[in-house]
Amino acid sequence: MLQGYQTWIFENKPVIIGSAAIGGPFEAQGNLAKDFDLLHDDLWLGQDSYEKAEKKLLEQACETAIKKAGVKKEDIQLFMSGDLINQIISSSFTARTLGVPYLGLYGACSSSMEGLALASLMVDSRFAKIALAATSSHNAASEKQYRYPTEYGAQKPPTAQWTVTGAGAAVVAQQGEGAHVTSATIGRVVDMGLSDPFNMGSAMAPAAVDTIEAHFRDLNIDASHYDLIATGDLGIVGHRIAGDLLKKHGIDIPVEKLTDCGTLIYKNDQPVLAGGSGCACAAVTVYGHFLNRMRIGELKRILIVATGALLSPMSYQQKETIPCIAHAVSIEM
Amino acid sequence: MSSKKRKNLTPTQQQYQDFAHAREPKRPILKNCVKAFIVGGIICTIGQGLMWFFMTYFKFDEKTAGNPSVAVLIFLSILFTSLGFYDHIAQWGGAGTAVPVTGFANTIASAALEHKSEGFVLGVGGNMFKLAGPVIVYGVFSAFVVAIVSVAIKMLGGV
Amino acid sequence: MDKFIWAFIIGGMICVVGQLLMDGLKLTPAHTMCTLVVAGAILGGFGLYDKLVKFAGAGASVPISNFGNQLVKGALQEAEQYGIIGVITGIFEITSAGISAAIIFGFFAALVFRPKG
Repeated sequence: MLQGYQTWIFENKPVIIGSAAIGGPFEAQGNLAKDFDLLHDDLWLGQDSYEKAEKKLLEQACETAIKKAGVKKEDIQLFMSGDLINQIISSSFTARTLGVPYLGLYGACSSSMEGLALASLMVDSRFAKIALAATSSHNAASEKQYRYPTEYGAQKPPTAQWTVTGAGAAVVAQQGEGAHVTSATIGRVVDMGLSDPFNMGSAMAPAAVDTIEAHFRDLNIDASHYDLIATGDLGIVGHRIAGDLLKKHGIDIPVEKLTDCGTLIYKNDQPVLAGGSGCACAAVTVYGHFLNRMRIGELKRILIVATGALLSPMSYQQKETIPCIAHAVSIEM
Repeated sequence: MSSKKRKNLTPTQQQYQDFAHAREPKRPILKNCVKAFIVGGIICTIGQGLMWFFMTYFKFDEKTAGNPSVAVLIFLSILFTSLGFYDHIAQWGGAGTAVPVTGFANTIASAALEHKSEGFVLGVGGNMFKLAGPVIVYGVFSAFVVAIVSVAIKMLGGV
Repeated sequence: MDKFIWAFIIGGMICVVGQLLMDGLKLTPAHTMCTLVVAGAILGGFGLYDKLVKFAGAGASVPISNFGNQLVKGALQEAEQYGIIGVITGIFEITSAGISAAIIFGFFAALVFRPKG
């Protein structure tokens, strides 16, 4: 039910009964490698295009999550997914494979939590017994679409980020074993007039702060309610800005509680500049690493704030600025 | 450049942008210039060496040796792009690889390779000049204007 | 021998101009290259770019600015021979080698290789 202006409280406490994280070669060499269900050493996944490889990643994430949940495809009433490829074909083509009633989403890199929030809403309100939320991204496919061909010798600035090649999926049900989704705050679009597609962190930080503020305000809580608050892919640059901006707005989150998936996913010696990004960044970190930590009791209550930059290659060429959004979902064991 | 854009910003946006810029890692302009100087210089020196080679061992002279030298540089740039390491050299060298003709060849090769998955006609053929197109368009158009002006001045009595 | 030294220095300096356009003025690589090509065309029109090539050899002829210079030279050479229509018929005369090589080798590359990501 609605709490405050933009937050949903899931009174029936939908459960994540299964989740999966699939990754590519860069992620295999990264910090969270052991939290992936499957890692590929071939960026093409044996396919003949990057886009087909991304579709395969998403299919694998969905199938693995379904298997781990102990259910069958036919038990799922709703599949919601989004990705970065034009017309979200990775999601639509995966929906074709799954054969489950499908709603396509687009939240750029906030798609993971947009999907999880909606899946939880459907299950909580009894409009689905079991729902599947998923998202994917592929480094080469995004570079090809949003920026430059992958072999192009353009020098990237230190604020640029590295799109994660991977996919994450979560099966949400009315009952079962697993972490519960307790609430979600739907973000508003925030645009601070920035227009550099090689500096998404600065553009997205205000959206993350806006949603965190709204979440705390609507639920009348503060940071002490959570063990960990993680933004999706602000990267090193955006993470620092968000931390300072929160303090400026009077929200005190201790440094060890506020983290960012984009800064966790890769090792320091990997050439990822400001850190990871992409729909899969938050998805694989949450559905793999964070849920694993919750399962062993290391984390009890977490808030994931997935951030997305809602630009297109054409909007940038038309001198538009970058509108951003952030969706927050709280998960408790 | 930035002051032009700032006219359309609200005070909150302007404030935030200052806030953010103060917390961003700056582009290491000086270091990048040094790297560009070194890499660009080396590539041009290789070009000079190629010219010497063609003048010494083949019957080329100062004027015509440029052609095969540039062709060799283009070949090498495309080869390195195809082998996958041109972009790593370019991340270090910046304008040092982009400004010489090697950069031009790299834009063509990288776009052609990238769009192979869309077929050879629409993919490779249709996208080859995605990044090189502007250079050719502006080169030709500015050459046209300069040449017309030059011819007109000559016709009107000379400079 | 000093031709090599000047090739290194002048070539390096033209690249530094490009780097400053990219990092200082925050131009994209495409905008930067267009600026250099147009600059080369203008200097070529004044006859100044050829002087630079004579002095620095490959240091001036390898950077993309020479592309603009050669386009102008081609146009002017044809115009001298055939009148004003020569401006259009001659533009690609001199640069034909570079453009043809790039297209041909680029196509071969696409036939044989895949991008590495």
